[in-house]
Amino acid sequence: MVSAPDVHGKSADSVVNPMLPALYTIQRVKRETDDTFTLELVPESDRHKISFLPGQFIMVYVFGVGEVPLSISGDAAGTVLVHTIRAVGIVTRVMSRLRRGDKVGIRGPFGTAWPVQEAQGHDVVLIAGGIGLPPLRPVLYHVLSRREEFGKVVLLYGTRTPSDILFRDELEQWRARFDLEVHVTVDRAQSGWRGNVGVVTTLIHKSSFDPQKTIAMVCGPEAMMRFSALELQRRGVSTNSIYLSMERNMKCAIGLCGHCQFGPLFVCKDGPVFRYSHIKDLLVKWEI
Amino acid sequence: MSTTTPLRIELSAIDGIISSLRQQHYTVVGPTVRGASIVLDEISSTSDLPVGWMCEQAPARYRLIKLPVDSLFAHTVGPHSWKQYLFPPILRLFSANRNDGEIRIGDGLPGSDVPGAGDAVRPYAFLGVRSCDLHAILIQDKIFGGGPYQDAYYRRVREQTWIIAVNCTLASATCFCASTKTGPKASSGYDLALTEVITEQDHYFIVEVGTERGLKLLEGLNHRPANESETARAAELVEGTASQMARSLETENIREVLYQSADHTRWEAVAKRCLTCANCTMVCPTCFCATVEDTVDLTGMRAERLRKWDSCFNMDFSYIHGGSVRSSVKARYRHWLTHKLASWIDQFGTLGCVGCGRCITWCPVGIDITEEYRAIRDTTLTNLVPSSTEEVENGNA
Repeated sequence: MVSAPDVHGKSADSVVNPMLPALYTIQRVKRETDDTFTLELVPESDRHKISFLPGQFIMVYVFGVGEVPLSISGDAAGTVLVHTIRAVGIVTRVMSRLRRGDKVGIRGPFGTAWPVQEAQGHDVVLIAGGIGLPPLRPVLYHVLSRREEFGKVVLLYGTRTPSDILFRDELEQWRARFDLEVHVTVDRAQSGWRGNVGVVTTLIHKSSFDPQKTIAMVCGPEAMMRFSALELQRRGVSTNSIYLSMERNMKCAIGLCGHCQFGPLFVCKDGPVFRYSHIKDLLVKWEI
Repeated sequence: MSTTTPLRIELSAIDGIISSLRQQHYTVVGPTVRGASIVLDEISSTSDLPVGWMCEQAPARYRLIKLPVDSLFAHTVGPHSWKQYLFPPILRLFSANRNDGEIRIGDGLPGSDVPGAGDAVRPYAFLGVRSCDLHAILIQDKIFGGGPYQDAYYRRVREQTWIIAVNCTLASATCFCASTKTGPKASSGYDLALTEVITEQDHYFIVEVGTERGLKLLEGLNHRPANESETARAAELVEGTASQMARSLETENIREVLYQSADHTRWEAVAKRCLTCANCTMVCPTCFCATVEDTVDLTGMRAERLRKWDSCFNMDFSYIHGGSVRSSVKARYRHWLTHKLASWIDQFGTLGCVGCGRCITWCPVGIDITEEYRAIRDTTLTNLVPSSTEEVENGNA
């Protein structure tokens, strides 16, 4: 089983009390779509600087309102902590009204990471559904910063409508590169959309990668991940080479509160990133 | 330590133990009668103990019965367990203040009436810990203190806690610790372990010593090595308790049976009775689930985060955007039972059940964990597929 990563430059305080948030200041707010926004955070004190691995998550606290687990959408090599958030609940809706200079509490980083080391020398296939794109962006930053160390790199992204497309500017830039294959699809087209319509799994057979030497990382709704994994298997990718990022209710993020159990696993500390072969039997059980 | 000869102390020495611990500034907690049940609370003398009371327990039934003798420990476990002291039902994790836009967060900020994670706690001495409950404490030690992240409050309180165990000389009808191998005799983890012996002429205790400090506590009290017949009588009583137990849990292959029974029809049947009231999880001495609640006062200046016991039977427990993962009653009951008896083994290397029977007694409709498991086992065992010994490694540690 996976133990807690010890790679974080955490302060002594948060090691003593992982339940105590450290204060971070919002440096920038960026509207992405109608309901999605990006926050850039910097620590109030250097003591609370953190380093993280792509795929890990942070518990973010809004004063008096509550705390939510948020994936990190920024560059692991960067100096700011970046979260891309869809306003869907009380905490994230209040968060969407925060401004530059406001403060939030953060705990973390927690959980397992995407297998970026293991992916070296392999083709890399990233499959994102909706708000599943932000947790995969740090992988893309990592891969592009050392592009020569990887084989073919494919990003497949499905979202609800063209106006829900995240990181549109970056997607255009990535699409323009010759060393990156990017396909985007939407569930429902709007006028002016000339791209793909349909679920993201339909993009898998359109893209070129060598199934025998591919590492695939999939993030999105559970059903989308399950069908993506099945489609990847059909293409010949081994279940050991497919990784999914699971979502469950989380309160403590350190494996003590019991909420995130997924069979015998605690998604917060054994995941959120799991090897598909490790969880595929659980994924097909109802209401696990 | 526990290999030394058992000692005999008289009834009066129990008061000596309590007062000596109180003089050393321990809060002595033990069983006491409150209303119509035996609960745990601070005690100051033997008269606070349930003198002459035993309890009658059955599915959804708990009654106190007065005995013609002045026994101290003729009862068995009640609705409370010791976890409420080590893992409080409500704990303040931190307070935060906001002043002119400046926010401060700390566990040392002045708090409310609720105990705080950073508060100094007067150490506890638990008197009357039954073997099942002692095993439950050892299991929670693994949960809160055995992993990469630890519960600092639990560890701080636990490290100082005295455990004076009591071996059971009577079983309740809901007890099944003999089958889970967690009782009725305390085997380790105690400072002292007592067996109460009452004969027509005599009322004394056989004491087994588990720690140096336990031995030291007895020094000032009248005691002598127990003779063979006294020791034998105590052993007989405890063995008799084991044979009184009508309920049992067959633990062989329990994990494999349950992992292969996710689609069993029994879940549907039990869901028709289960009220999802969460009583079983509240009274369970090993259940450890908790939620957090963030609050702010009317001025908007002062906020707190409280940790509160939670239950996997609550609908909100598994809520993620879009709905609860386990919305049906059968999924919630299956999760609870499968966690207790199967996935707990993967997580902590032990069963999550110690055979105390509380979940049976305090279930308002009398659902019996041993009966539910037996029904599943009886119809699954014949088709059991041996579990693979090859563990699939999750590679990205």
